[in-house]
Amino acid sequence: MNIVIASGKGGTGKTTLATNLASYLALTHKVVLSDLDVEEPNSALFINGEQKQQTDKFKMIPKWNGECTACGICQEVCAYNAILQLGTHIILHAQLCHSCYACSELCPIDALPMEPVQMGVMSEIKTPVMDLIESKLNVGEEQAVPLIKETTEFIQAQYPDPVIKIYDAPPGTSCPVIEAVKTADYVILITEPTPFGLHDMSLMVGVVRDMKKPFGVVINRYGVGNDDVLDYCKKENIDVIARIPNEREIAETYSRGELLFEKFPKVKSALQNIEQHLFSLEIGVRA
Amino acid sequence: MKIVFTSKGQDLDAMMDPRFGRAEFLILYDEESESHIVFDNSESGRAAHGAGPLTAQKVYALKPDAIVTGNGPGEKAAATLKIANINMYVGAGNMAVGEALQAFQQGKLEKIEL
Repeated sequence: MNIVIASGKGGTGKTTLATNLASYLALTHKVVLSDLDVEEPNSALFINGEQKQQTDKFKMIPKWNGECTACGICQEVCAYNAILQLGTHIILHAQLCHSCYACSELCPIDALPMEPVQMGVMSEIKTPVMDLIESKLNVGEEQAVPLIKETTEFIQAQYPDPVIKIYDAPPGTSCPVIEAVKTADYVILITEPTPFGLHDMSLMVGVVRDMKKPFGVVINRYGVGNDDVLDYCKKENIDVIARIPNEREIAETYSRGELLFEKFPKVKSALQNIEQHLFSLEIGVRA
Repeated sequence: MKIVFTSKGQDLDAMMDPRFGRAEFLILYDEESESHIVFDNSESGRAAHGAGPLTAQKVYALKPDAIVTGNGPGEKAAATLKIANINMYVGAGNMAVGEALQAFQQGKLEKIEL
């Protein structure tokens, strides 16, 4: 079962929910947690584990061999303006390249062979109860999608069902989030009951509906703001599967890098609601 | 000398566009004939990524001696222009194109190292 935790808006509690839900489910199930926010992963701050392995991850980028017939095909086919032809000189902007191979395949003199370029690292961290897979993009690297894809593919191969796979998605609704959501059997949208939370969640609702993914909503910091998120979910016929209350002590505990569910019964009961909901769905494998 | 201006409009009275990559128009001015040609650059403006190099490529195709703009290029456009060996002058972002031309001819604009 692949559970992706996404939000639209940043800072609504994706990592809080991902780390707590994974740790809670790991008490009774086989679980792997993955942080797909590869630009600044932080799930590992909340999980006390030991790093077992670190692997370099690569993407494929064309490299010009210095020859050019000035045909202009490479520049024409590049949808991202990553490759420019100035006379018989080729300029490659590797950060814009989406590794589609078009320029490389279509060059009549094969002057643009693809070669691997290191883009980040993937860490495998083990705790007594579960595994954490965390990938981190190199500083200055602009494309998060290839590393997210490598990471989800590794997890799919390494942790077949019935392992429960929990993914902490990046914020926003752009390409990295889409790549993270692709893997999902179910998406949990976590939001806060504020106008910003509602606005960005509604964008994310559009994304998961377009992608035809089943989803439900968890409201974090319940008690602040207003009832608009609840009203929206009712109107749109969206399940609100749990609420995590707004309490200063919860925020303080989080800020110390500690898990919440052992200390706060209300958080634990929210996780129990989510667990019940997930296992009532016809998506996963009961372990 | 042929000079490219980044502009918001289609004649010398139009305001300069201070942006290089997403400039609305490129105006190619020929000092010899005192005439100009306008090129629509809105395609670059709509590009999600790589507007700078795309505009740099278009400028290269015009084969000017100099570019006059406002803010200057980003990293990728600069790398492209450097290879194209075109000089760039900045600081004309708040002028009309005609004023920018005058300022350029009087040597009042800063040439930047690409």
